[in-house]
Amino acid sequence: MIRLNKVSKQFRTGVFALSDISFNIERGEFVFLVGPTGSGKTTIFRLLTREALPTTGEIIVDNWDIVKLPGNKLPHLRKKIGVVFQDLKLLMDRTIFENIILPLEVSGVNAIAAKKIAEEIMEKVGINPHKDKFPIQLSGGELQRAALARALTLEPDILLADEPTGNLDRVTAMEIVKLLSEINKKGTTIIMATHNEDIIKALSKRIISLDNGQLAKDTAPSHSSPKSDNIEGENKKLETKPKPEKKKEEKKKEEDEDF
Amino acid sequence: MKTFKTTWRNIRRSPYQALVAIFIMTITFYYVSFFAFNFYASAKAISYFESRPQVTAFFENEVKQADIDNLKNELMATNKVASAKFVSKQDALKIYREQNKDDPLLLELVTADILPASLEISTVKIGNLSEINNMLKDSPLVSEVVFLKDVVFTLTSMTNTLRRTGIELIIVLSLVSISIMITIIGLKISQKKQDIEIMRLIGAGGWYIRWPFIIEGIFYGFMGSLLGWTIAAGRLWFTTTSLPAFLQGIPIFPIPLVFLLGLLGTEIIVAVVLGILSSFVAVLRYLK
Repeated sequence: MIRLNKVSKQFRTGVFALSDISFNIERGEFVFLVGPTGSGKTTIFRLLTREALPTTGEIIVDNWDIVKLPGNKLPHLRKKIGVVFQDLKLLMDRTIFENIILPLEVSGVNAIAAKKIAEEIMEKVGINPHKDKFPIQLSGGELQRAALARALTLEPDILLADEPTGNLDRVTAMEIVKLLSEINKKGTTIIMATHNEDIIKALSKRIISLDNGQLAKDTAPSHSSPKSDNIEGENKKLETKPKPEKKKEEKKKEEDEDF
Repeated sequence: MKTFKTTWRNIRRSPYQALVAIFIMTITFYYVSFFAFNFYASAKAISYFESRPQVTAFFENEVKQADIDNLKNELMATNKVASAKFVSKQDALKIYREQNKDDPLLLELVTADILPASLEISTVKIGNLSEINNMLKDSPLVSEVVFLKDVVFTLTSMTNTLRRTGIELIIVLSLVSISIMITIIGLKISQKKQDIEIMRLIGAGGWYIRWPFIIEGIFYGFMGSLLGWTIAAGRLWFTTTSLPAFLQGIPIFPIPLVFLLGLLGTEIIVAVVLGILSSFVAVLRYLK
């Protein structure tokens, strides 16, 4: 489904965001992409949606060579990949409903069908009561749900979730993860970037660890874990841990990634 | 439909920019209409003067009718004369009496003998006047030639100047309108840069993003031309009641409805083209 072959990404400043990364992800897999801030998680997402191009290497998504993909095919690729962006990227001057229906409009789905699909998705992710509100009127968890709903409207084959629980309390975070898990069970390939170890432990899934732009570890899911997919239970156990302050070098690298 | 909805949202959420765009287009098309009415009126006035006797040749007293007929035939043979009407001494007296019927003293003093016979001539084109005038002056039969050269030439000259000035002003205003529209639509694109980026990331194609801006340009053009024409037509309507007295029988008014509607249709088409052109340039420039 997804193949990265010796992928490197160097920014204009000369900094390497990714160095010689290779891995395969099968259809229907749920993979955690972990690593400290600035390790290259977001860059991988950007490469997969061709928001950026790799400096070297090959990226195959659903038999499409991302590097060689002509510009006019880009919308088709992006309709196959749902993305929950780290900064959510909701349109602030549109209501939640208008945000969620947007991918359907973009794809030319007729208005009645689009409305029905959007309402179903909103119901599924529990954002329906807020459908007529603007993003600024919602809480962090509600916004995450809205972003997730938007990413799901086109029933994508692949869902990229870039730290979707980043700023949420543990209960809301586990609810989001539960939703992702349910979506994965229906066959959607999910890659979730996170550094929340509690979530990783709650779901026994494959973990790809990045460190300083390099592949540090690729751990297969441990099926023997008694905690496997025990999200409800974990929800009660989890504790909110204070976030360590970002180091200067990490901040610089984050800024580089913005190019 | 979604595209129109997005366009309307864009317009509604930055109303002042939309008002400026419509305002500049309104000014442009007000002047297009204004000059179009003037072109029409001056063309009608020239046509009126061209159709009137423009040259009057007064004959010597002893000239024979046969000689006058020969001269008339000679003039008609040039194919530059639209009409040549002979006015005898008796006809001249009738005209004199009609013109002075309220003044018995003037009527008593004048008889047919002292009024010369004349030939009233209209040329096919104003440009032929000089040649006909020279022919008549060279004729020994003619004692004096009077013609409306100055009036018609001045009118033609004024019309040409007005036309030139009008065309120049319209070109300048059109260029200003296009520049302002490009800037306004460009500003809107810049304001929505983040939104556009998000739309692209969720799979929006180029035209899905471009169309609302193109339609916005069309909307500004359409509204501007409609308002410009309406204001100019409104002013014309008020003028229609006061100008005929000033024009002293020159039949310019009423300007036919077909002309007005034709002008409106043409203006809308031109405005829409200008709108498309401006928004397309803005889209190409700012949506790379």
